Amino acid sequence: MTDQTFLSRARANPSFLWGAALVGLIIFAAALSTIWTPYPPEAIDIPHKLLPPSSTHWLGTDQLGHDVASQLLAGARVSILVGVIAVGIGVLFGVALGLAAASAKGLIEDAIMRLSDFAFAFPALLLAIMLTAIFGPGVVNAIIAIGIFNVPVFAKVTRAAANGVLTREYVLAARAAGKGPVAIAIEHVLPNIASTLIVQATIQFAIAVLAEVALSYLGLGAQPPLASWGRMLSEAQRLLFQAPRLAVFPGLAVVLAVLGLNLLGDGLRDLLDPRLRARR
Amino acid sequence: MLLEVEALNLDLPTPTGPARIVREATFGLDLGGTLGVVGESGSGKTMTALAIMGLLPEGARISGKLRFEGYDLAALDEEEWRHLRGNRIAMIFQEPMTALNPLQTIGRQIAEGMVLHRGLSRSAALAEAATLLERVGLPDPARRVRSYPYELSGGQRQRAMIAMALGCAPKLIIADEPTTALDVTVQAQILDLLARLREETGMALILVSHDLAVIAENCERVIVMYGGMVMESGPTRDVLERPAHPYTRALLAARPQLGATRGGKLRTIPGVAPPAGEAPAGCAFAGRCPLTIEACAAAMPPALALGPDRYARCIRLDEAERTQ
Repeated sequence: MTDQTFLSRARANPSFLWGAALVGLIIFAAALSTIWTPYPPEAIDIPHKLLPPSSTHWLGTDQLGHDVASQLLAGARVSILVGVIAVGIGVLFGVALGLAAASAKGLIEDAIMRLSDFAFAFPALLLAIMLTAIFGPGVVNAIIAIGIFNVPVFAKVTRAAANGVLTREYVLAARAAGKGPVAIAIEHVLPNIASTLIVQATIQFAIAVLAEVALSYLGLGAQPPLASWGRMLSEAQRLLFQAPRLAVFPGLAVVLAVLGLNLLGDGLRDLLDPRLRARR
Repeated sequence: MLLEVEALNLDLPTPTGPARIVREATFGLDLGGTLGVVGESGSGKTMTALAIMGLLPEGARISGKLRFEGYDLAALDEEEWRHLRGNRIAMIFQEPMTALNPLQTIGRQIAEGMVLHRGLSRSAALAEAATLLERVGLPDPARRVRSYPYELSGGQRQRAMIAMALGCAPKLIIADEPTTALDVTVQAQILDLLARLREETGMALILVSHDLAVIAENCERVIVMYGGMVMESGPTRDVLERPAHPYTRALLAARPQLGATRGGKLRTIPGVAPPAGEAPAGCAFAGRCPLTIEACAAAMPPALALGPDRYARCIRLDEAERTQ
């Protein structure tokens, strides 16, 4: 497959385009917030609290006078960070375990898969609450908790996809050429399951963003003064009748981020589908 | 002798317990020789080939003697197997469409074995891959080295597979139905190529096929397998011209003949082959053989010598001779 055909098919895939646009927007917001925000996001300005949207404060201010637009931009940074690191942890350990399970078979496979079932059996959020309860609230612990939840997800997906590839004749041919299981896993299996893993990573990214919002909403994730969409929602809750817009803007940001990631995942799945690719 | 297989038994695990896929298989192959393995699907021919490569499925058990270049293959550990595979014994598979990794260039896949076994650098191995592609008759080898499998036709891919197998100048190549997935004309080209390469390199060849004509043209010796048993073995010409075993006779009679009466019925063997692993205690052909007597199903028939290097496993050979 040449890049040309991939690009032309990507252009004709609306869910990929919308997803990429929304995700691009969030990434742009996060990047922008590192160099510029209308006001410092942590700046407290009590005299100007609870202002409605205006030309000076585009999205208004909250009960402490924080500029909502600045906080949203800075919050994108936390969401992206959590998503990237938590999915990174999941991919790193999950893919390694899944490949080991599929290549080793037998007792090792059973042990790894039962262990992931065990980790999987805990509701993700409960696991995160448990871990933050033990190690204390904070964005780092939230990332680790969400990352741990991602490990069995990737282990399962990797093993299933790898088992599919391992029955292919070119793997038998590679073994007949004298290649060992590690070389086969890395050189033959991994490239052939990469598209599945990329799609899964996109979806897990969305789940991680949502999980961080939930943890921060519960007060177990980002702590003040760090701006986070979940924390904004939690604080807006108390003022829901006086200033509902305070809940609407971060809520909208979460919806757009998760929607964008899911659309992107859907689009990528269509674009990377080997059945479609075979028809090129 | 390059390869010696004696009384090879092979069991595969099934949900209902181990199933015997190969029973008491005995055959040998000389340095530079050619051996055809013919049989229907489920006759155990592919599993026999995989046993020689040490590539049996998880949980398979073998007993009996398997010797290659004097080494006892049954005693090898995985490390020693890997040294042997691709290096001393190479394999060519049935489906050139699926036996190549779709995401790697042809050149890289050919080079891999040479990097692994001969310690060549990647660039030296790639250069040699181009030479090999030229030897197997692929046009424009310098460009083909950088091609992906989907850019090649079926026949070209099979040539690439053969180039892969040749990389380390193996003593033995096992070709498992190498031409079944190809057009008849391409089939002939591939077989000619194998024959030419064999003459050039002096490597031995095991050709696994269900096609008697392919075996007849390419192999000095043949073993006929059915239900996991080697029913008959010997020089190809002898076996095909004067078949002794009732199964071989039936198989030859069932061949479509050029010039047969139009509209005439093709002869078939009554009944169906037993599912792999469900052969009876005695002769696997007992149920379908017109000469079956009680003793056939009771015990495994012994391999009777019919001449130098010529054997058949049947207790009714005399009757088979008479009724022919």
